[in-house]
Amino acid sequence: MRVAVLGIGSVGRGVLRMLAEKPELGLVLTAVSDSSSASIDPSGLDPRDVLDRKNLTGRCGEPGLGAGDVLASDVYDVLVELTPTDARTGEPALTHLRTALARGHHVVTSNKGPIAADLAGLEALAAERGVAIRYEATVGGAIPVIHAIRDGLAGNRLGEITGVLNGTCNYILTRMDDEGLTYEQALAEARELGYAEADPSYDVLGIDAAIKLVILANTCWGLSTTLDDVAITGIDGLTADALRLAASQDCTIRLIGEASPTRGLKVAPRVIPRSHPLVIEGTLNAVMLSADMAGEITLMGKGAGSVETASAVIGDLIAIRERGSSGG
Amino acid sequence: MKLEIKDSPGQLVAALTPISEFGGNIIAVIHQREPESSSDTLGVQIVLEIAQERLDPLVDAIRRQGVGILRLGEERLLHRQSVIMIGHLIRTDIGDTISRIDATGSAEVAELNVHMPSIIEPSTALITIKATTRPEMERALALLREVAAEKDLLIVEPVGEMDR
Repeated sequence: MRVAVLGIGSVGRGVLRMLAEKPELGLVLTAVSDSSSASIDPSGLDPRDVLDRKNLTGRCGEPGLGAGDVLASDVYDVLVELTPTDARTGEPALTHLRTALARGHHVVTSNKGPIAADLAGLEALAAERGVAIRYEATVGGAIPVIHAIRDGLAGNRLGEITGVLNGTCNYILTRMDDEGLTYEQALAEARELGYAEADPSYDVLGIDAAIKLVILANTCWGLSTTLDDVAITGIDGLTADALRLAASQDCTIRLIGEASPTRGLKVAPRVIPRSHPLVIEGTLNAVMLSADMAGEITLMGKGAGSVETASAVIGDLIAIRERGSSGG
Repeated sequence: MKLEIKDSPGQLVAALTPISEFGGNIIAVIHQREPESSSDTLGVQIVLEIAQERLDPLVDAIRRQGVGILRLGEERLLHRQSVIMIGHLIRTDIGDTISRIDATGSAEVAELNVHMPSIIEPSTALITIKATTRPEMERALALLREVAAEKDLLIVEPVGEMDR
């Protein structure tokens, strides 16, 4: 199966590395682009060469070429969209996905923006063209939660979703709880370890968790909710005393996303008993689904990371190869 | 509340019928034979939940059925819930925050544990609310959220509690 990759950030590098290390997967890279260049070869590119060139020159291919050229080349069966996320508009990824679908190609993405902005529209377009759209990597990194909802729990009625959807917040809260750190101290530590961005607001204000909750809710119930429909409270106002007071009740505080078709979507720090399955340590993520037949299911694992997220992308690619357009 | 009645034929059914008519929620019916008691004073204990204003009419109705009530253990404010509140709690008049919950009549602030690191920094409190019924607890919490929004306080609520 021929694969075109847009975006060579952390996830893109992970995907290219795995394509190089696992030739047995039968996934052939035919086009690739980053923000300033592109490389296209219908007979196949060596992902190792692409990575070397990127590391050496900062570009993956020829300057002057870009995502548009890759999209128009039509030398791929699946477009893998891994460009940076714009939480509000979903662009330019949304246009990339629409273009590839309209040209009759399957798409796989790790990009939360376009999926949260217009999942229903993208799915309608995919159905019309007889191709698949998959987005496992948008939520919970390596955790196969979208597969679980669509395949494993198919036929169940899902009542609610609760989850720890942001590793940065979970790390900060774990450290505040374990060591009695203030929010500022724990955030500084998370930054030093590379768990938090220079501008951490996207994570700590709960926006990242909210956008993932939107994707889960829309996947579960076929809704068209957006970020504006989520009641969001971040963790930046929490004090060390709040964690101590929670501890006095044998509880702690975690940033919890909660969605149900009747009560809406909410992301907020919550007091939670220590024995609760969603009390997980460090940068881990967890999602709890309540289903009418299956009962409660909790999935837990690494919510970020280059190769971990690549695992979700590659799982989607293989599902599409095995099932064709019904893979979406 | 707890209701103890005599364990004689027909009494239990006669007591239960008005409870459902008055919208009470039966939590448990405990039918225990204590060996040391004499046989004719054996009791049945009914634990039930009912809105405060319907309690007296219910007791009258049970008595009209000819049921002998041995004991009535009324525990008001059945539901407890703790939330954490962060902000300038004192400066925004914590007394007023508490009395607005208490003024509902069906819920009250039962405990308050305030930590104040310094005068300029926000303080943090664990506030425990008791309410007669679950819907009244919901209303008390909604009121607390409203007060918090008005006073720019952050409320950290327990997970799941309100949904179950």
